[in-house]
Amino acid sequence: MAVLGLYNYWVFALLLMIGLYVVISRENLVKKLIGLSIFQSAVFLLYISMDKVDGGTAPILRADAENQLYSNPLPQVLILTAIVVGIATLALGLAIAVRINEAYGTIEEDELLEMDRE
Amino acid sequence: MITLFGVFLLTLLVITTVGIVRTQNLFAAIMLMGIFSLQIAAVFFILDAADVALTEAAVGAGIATVLLLGALALLDDTERRGRRASRLAAVVVAAGTLLILYATFDYPRLGDPAAPVHQHVAPWYIAETPRLIDTPNVVTAILASFRGYDTFGEVFVIFTAGIGVLFILANGADAARRSDLPSSDVQGLRHHLVPRLVGRLLMPFLVLFGLYIQFHGDFGPGGGFQAGALISAGLILYALVEGERAALRLVPQRVLTLLTVAGALLFVGVGCACMLLGGNFLDYSALSADAVAGQHLGILLVEIGVGLTVSGVLLTIFHTFAARERA
Amino acid sequence: MIGSLILDILSWALLIGGGALVFIGGVGALRMPDVYTRMHAASITDTLGTICVLLGIILQAGLSFAAIKLAAIMIFLLLTTPTAAYALANAARLAGVVPVRRAAGEGDSS
Repeated sequence: MAVLGLYNYWVFALLLMIGLYVVISRENLVKKLIGLSIFQSAVFLLYISMDKVDGGTAPILRADAENQLYSNPLPQVLILTAIVVGIATLALGLAIAVRINEAYGTIEEDELLEMDRE
Repeated sequence: MITLFGVFLLTLLVITTVGIVRTQNLFAAIMLMGIFSLQIAAVFFILDAADVALTEAAVGAGIATVLLLGALALLDDTERRGRRASRLAAVVVAAGTLLILYATFDYPRLGDPAAPVHQHVAPWYIAETPRLIDTPNVVTAILASFRGYDTFGEVFVIFTAGIGVLFILANGADAARRSDLPSSDVQGLRHHLVPRLVGRLLMPFLVLFGLYIQFHGDFGPGGGFQAGALISAGLILYALVEGERAALRLVPQRVLTLLTVAGALLFVGVGCACMLLGGNFLDYSALSADAVAGQHLGILLVEIGVGLTVSGVLLTIFHTFAARERA
Repeated sequence: MIGSLILDILSWALLIGGGALVFIGGVGALRMPDVYTRMHAASITDTLGTICVLLGIILQAGLSFAAIKLAAIMIFLLLTTPTAAYALANAARLAGVVPVRRAAGEGDSS
């Protein structure tokens, strides 16, 4: 059972590193942005996994249930902010990628570096 | 039983991610990204984070997919695979994975009530919310009131992103009034009856549900961000079905800019009103004679501000991408 | 007593049936030769699979507010997923994907 208790964190490690792999090893700018999105989602998974309490429920207080355990609301608030900021970053990154495509004709990073060196 | 379901979903997450890495077609990668977002939203729900699951499903699986597809329409949709330093990246990543896996053995197991994260501030929030703010949804209370300053910063982050995209991609005021569209350009889905009918049927319900989520954020999962994403999803559906010109006639760009600015100003205005009435910045108890009623009023206004800005910015970004012609 | 037993058996049968249909749809989506037949197989999941699974859960929920919400979800899913499948098939047709054809008499054993 100890394995299952840590499974979330192992999946977090795998997703984090896969996202990082996509960012550093793929040339295409849109693929890199997708990899960054995966990286961010892995961090969200870590925070939300930390907030679960055994026997708890979603932190919406109920007047009738007296000794109800609630899961931790604080990481949820942080991650709500982070999701929206992630979208903002994605939108700006995509706008820059579109402009780069119009200026250089390609969005593959090695071709861009070649053109810049000339 | 639900642990099994959670384990299954997490495994599917890893498989989907491996699929995203290996595919060379960007369109397929974006679709897999949408599936990934939906799966992680389900995982969040299993972990008792209802608000976050709603936001991830609406924003991640909905709006992010639309934005990525809108950008892909302006780019080539196949990735040219290079061979540069792939082996080194794989070795570094594998080493990092093993390091983090080694570190996870020190974590408290999932759901442990004695974990350090549950000991300090969180019990105080859960205990004091009924007394100080008296809304059932503790997450909204923390987001809008206890940690309202962070939300203030976040509204301005998304506002800045909207301005940034406008700076980078907007074509100027004549973009929507261009009359030189190619004649073979089918406006929206005019010739496809089924999506058009179903889209028109669903759009009012989507906007209505978005408004419900906005005002119900105090009592259940919901709030400004989810509502903004849902309302903009409804209007994006309208734009996809009826054509961008019709959508810009329905909600012109001026109105969207007005919404965005009004939301941000509302947030700042509430904060300043609190200062003028004798409290600190964003201390809503100063807004009314009864502190709890002041908190309710403050949270309502601030969430409306957030919803306005988020929907305005997301629609602005969508229209900016859609109006851009392929170079 | 007997009534709730019958309800339980019925809902279990519906849930297992729905699960089997979803599985069949998945296998079909993997094994079929081209886009259109694959979508046809996957749409079993959208329609009959959805109905069976959600009906099973509605029977478990009994007569309550949750049952009305589940019925609303079922109507919404039945309205949107076939539309999405239609749009997908239409887009594939416009993109020029040609259905796989086999000439008459070839591979036909009877």
